Amino acid sequence: MSQSIVEVKDVTFSRGNRVIYKNMSFSVPRGKITAIMGPSGIGKTTMLRLIGGQLRPDSGDITFQGTSVPAMSRADLYHARKQMSMLFQSGALFTDMSVFDNVAFPLREHTQLSEDLIRLVVLMKLQAVGLRGARDLMPSELSGGMARRAALARAIALDPELIMYDEPFAGQDPISMGVLVRMIKSLNEVLGLSSLIVTHDVTEVLSIADHVVIIAEQGVIGSGTPEQMLAHSSPLVQQFLQGLADGPVPFHFNAAPYEEELLSGGTQ
Amino acid sequence: MIDLLQKLGHKTLSRFASIGRATQMLLGALLNVPNLRKGTPLLIKQLYMVGHQSLLIIMVSGLFIGMVLALQGYTVLVGYGAEDSLGPLVALSLLRELGPVVTALLFAGRAGSALTAEIGLMKATEQLSSLEMMAVDPLKRVVAPRFWAGFISMPLLALIFSAVAILGAHLVGVDWLGVDSGSFWSIMQSQVSLQQDIMNGLIKSFVFALIVTWIALYKGYDCIPTSEGISKATTETVVHSSLAVLGFDFVLTAVMFSS
Repeated sequence: MSQSIVEVKDVTFSRGNRVIYKNMSFSVPRGKITAIMGPSGIGKTTMLRLIGGQLRPDSGDITFQGTSVPAMSRADLYHARKQMSMLFQSGALFTDMSVFDNVAFPLREHTQLSEDLIRLVVLMKLQAVGLRGARDLMPSELSGGMARRAALARAIALDPELIMYDEPFAGQDPISMGVLVRMIKSLNEVLGLSSLIVTHDVTEVLSIADHVVIIAEQGVIGSGTPEQMLAHSSPLVQQFLQGLADGPVPFHFNAAPYEEELLSGGTQ
Repeated sequence: MIDLLQKLGHKTLSRFASIGRATQMLLGALLNVPNLRKGTPLLIKQLYMVGHQSLLIIMVSGLFIGMVLALQGYTVLVGYGAEDSLGPLVALSLLRELGPVVTALLFAGRAGSALTAEIGLMKATEQLSSLEMMAVDPLKRVVAPRFWAGFISMPLLALIFSAVAILGAHLVGVDWLGVDSGSFWSIMQSQVSLQQDIMNGLIKSFVFALIVTWIALYKGYDCIPTSEGISKATTETVVHSSLAVLGFDFVLTAVMFSS
């Protein structure tokens, strides 16, 4: 079995005329927590969708457990997706089902387990995220952090090999954030799965990640352990990790010179 | 000039592409073996949401339309001493035209817009994506049961609409204006043919059901997942399906009744 669960090789992807990635390559080691970081709007979520096979790259290859994702047939892709799961930024719980039914959903769809067994599994998963008592609530009755934890319980319902987290910490209060950080770490250790976190919350993710990939300018600008990244020589990496307002990534959106525009006397 | 041509070409191409995507969606939803164990509860739930929940508006509208039809028909017919023909007048206009058409228009406003908004919001809140990532096809799970529910319930609603409207016409024509009850029913019975009137009306209903449900599902499935996009898609569902229903009604009427 190879060392990496996901390999991204020379991937180029564009939307319309806008090139999002150009010849990007990186790998996600098995059994570790990998963080993909980068400024907003550079297509980090797109990367997860490429790995999940919801989008296809223009060129290059992405493998999951050694098999090429873009080359998979629909049936193979659906089979592979049972071994990977994704935690969406919004949680994406089904709003017409209770928390219990949401977590039971993948089990009812993909297994032949009896309802008694499903109940046991669901209660175990909910216990793991601390929401066993909230099983009868509807998603609209949950706070943002609880919704994300419920979605996490659903994501681990089928015991996947890989979990992809899309901005798990965005918009969370410090307590929920701390809970989620610890939970991701402990799930990774206890269940022996591989985690891929897309985020721009530097401090939180550096505290748990084993491997960091920083994306900017249509490609990977640095990868390695958190320590290696903090000592990285690239000014772009440093600007991102330290959160400096101006640097290689400019603070100002492309515009005509300030004085010129103010004095030109236009209407807008 | 070239600019105009370019715009026209672009519009036409995107319209064709959209028809293509709509067809792809429908075929993706319908061309698979239904799983009875999982599919039946989903279908029943949608039949309840789409069909049963529309019953009230359909029945109330039917009652009033039948009453108005009787009132208007009576004032014209009584001038010729032909008020006994009120029964067939009402029944034929309802079964052939008003039943299927008005039901389809009400259905587009009541259930079609709800379908579009629901699916659009499922898209915006990433529920459709998460279904896909859980290896569950959203076309099978979300689109197919809603399509069948619309397709099954609209013709039934149209029949109920016509029946309630005829009762409304009876209420006004017979009970209030004094048309003879025996002739109201017996002339209606002799003038209405099962094949020509009731079956053709039903066929219309099935065609409208296909059009309205398809447009509503496609608009939701293909919408831009923002609040503005969903509101636009919902409006388009009502406008496009109403226009399509009226247009197809003309074509079907020409084919069915012109000879």
